[in-house]
Amino acid sequence: MISDIYYVIPEIFLSLSLMFLLLLGVFKKNSSSTVYNLTLLILIISIPLILNVPSGPEILIFNDSYKIDYLSSFIKILIIISTLFVLLTSSQYLKVTKIYNIEYPILILSSILGMVVMVSSNDLIVFYIGLELQSLALYVLASFNRDNVLSSESGLKYFVLSALSSGLLLYGCSLVYGFSSSTNFSQISFNYDQSAQGIIFGMVFILVGLAFKISAVPFHMWAPDVYQGSPTSVTLFFAILPKIAALTVFIRFLYTPFVNLIDQWQTIIIFLSIASMLFGAVAAIGQKNLKRLIAYSSISHMGYALAGLTTGTNEGIQSSVSYISIYLVMNLAFFSCIFMLKREDKYYENIDDLSGLSKNHPLLSFSLLIVLFSLAGIPPLAGFFAKFYIFMAVIEQSMFFLAIVGLLATVVAAFYYLRLIKVIYFDSEVEKYDTNHSIGLKISLIITTILILIYFIYPNSLINFVSKINLV
Amino acid sequence: MIEIGIGHYLTLGAIIFLIGIVGIFLNRKNIIVILMSIELILLAVNINLVSFSIYMNDISGQIFTLFILTVAAAEAAIGLAIIVVYYRNSGTIRVEEIEKLKG
Repeated sequence: MISDIYYVIPEIFLSLSLMFLLLLGVFKKNSSSTVYNLTLLILIISIPLILNVPSGPEILIFNDSYKIDYLSSFIKILIIISTLFVLLTSSQYLKVTKIYNIEYPILILSSILGMVVMVSSNDLIVFYIGLELQSLALYVLASFNRDNVLSSESGLKYFVLSALSSGLLLYGCSLVYGFSSSTNFSQISFNYDQSAQGIIFGMVFILVGLAFKISAVPFHMWAPDVYQGSPTSVTLFFAILPKIAALTVFIRFLYTPFVNLIDQWQTIIIFLSIASMLFGAVAAIGQKNLKRLIAYSSISHMGYALAGLTTGTNEGIQSSVSYISIYLVMNLAFFSCIFMLKREDKYYENIDDLSGLSKNHPLLSFSLLIVLFSLAGIPPLAGFFAKFYIFMAVIEQSMFFLAIVGLLATVVAAFYYLRLIKVIYFDSEVEKYDTNHSIGLKISLIITTILILIYFIYPNSLINFVSKINLV
Repeated sequence: MIEIGIGHYLTLGAIIFLIGIVGIFLNRKNIIVILMSIELILLAVNINLVSFSIYMNDISGQIFTLFILTVAAAEAAIGLAIIVVYYRNSGTIRVEEIEKLKG
């Protein structure tokens, strides 16, 4: 029992350093830079700690309430690395908008601690604690620019809707507990009677709550407002990390406790997936704000990721996981470009501000071109392969309707991505933007763009990791 | 005298849960009422969990309840803090006036 501690060293390290940073920030004056840099260091240290955890196909610890397998280790690494990039890209933005406070990195750390707990939970209680640790920090992050009315409004909206979704999810958990007499995921799938209506009711509530968290249609209404109102660095965080964690929890729920109910949940997930793909593609067309646009685009991307989960096969899960990994790289690159639209300490975030960007900033426009082509799914960029894996997995299960709808949605979505490219390259130019960006921002833009560009040369580097994930 | 069984407790939980949901969507006046509705939802879940736990003679439901109570307190604190921040910026907490983000 006590030897189980070795398996959770990364989590313990994260939580201890979180508390240490909080104390440091309180007792040392003007320590925001120190705390920020220490956070980066902590994230870097936790990568080898996670890699060092003895991993296997499935290790259950703490009375089977915590599970360490390839999926959880892979997602944890993904979470830590993307947080590292989020912090690297956003330091200058935080300084310019005057929200470079000690609380910012600490809140980010605590929310990723929640995510890390969430992705390896194997018990309803552990899952709930992880989810709430994540959400509570995210509420505060959304309203972090507290003198800005838009930011506080987005925090308020996120709080109300997210608390509602947590409530729905909990009601589902209580029903599942009641009808299966256990909170343990593996026990649940063992115990319940498949004909009982209560367990299906509970499952639907849990799926609705999770769909809120990944903003799948019809539970997406918070996403555009929250994305637009929050500080851009927080929008980047929202666009990537909670989605990875919630999608992993989706996989956990669908393939451990509810694996025998596949006939019931398959229709629900197919509906969520089709609705998200189509709605995200259509609704993004009329947008003027880049952050709002990326909100709709992320809704539609979540639809594709869910399409992989509908299949009920290992290939489907693997394609979803690779989709979300490529999605996060593309989003990081896109937001790095948005962070570069700065002129005299003011950040611009409308589509009109991109007008004629190629004349003054050829390199920035070229990276935006690559990112947008990749988001639209044009070969040979990474985004194409992400969609390709999903469609392969879906077609293998002869779900042709889902594949056709997905392809149609890609065509519609290509319209607004290509419109952005037209604005960048062919419209009349606006004033020049600043070029004194922080080194971290430049590095992350370069790395992410190169990753998108050369993915087709080394696709095995991702596939080798992902193909270890075998849940069914 | 009727025997009070698990069904009665579950019905009570479902009714309180519905009141909470309806309270969030029908309320057009005050954001504090939304906060109260969220608390109602969580309390309904607690009633469910405790009654299941007693009925099945299994302790984990009651432990779950304790966790939910703690988290609900933290959530209410953060919610109130956000409402205070919002009020300072906009001077109102009427639900129909929260509409600066639109599109």
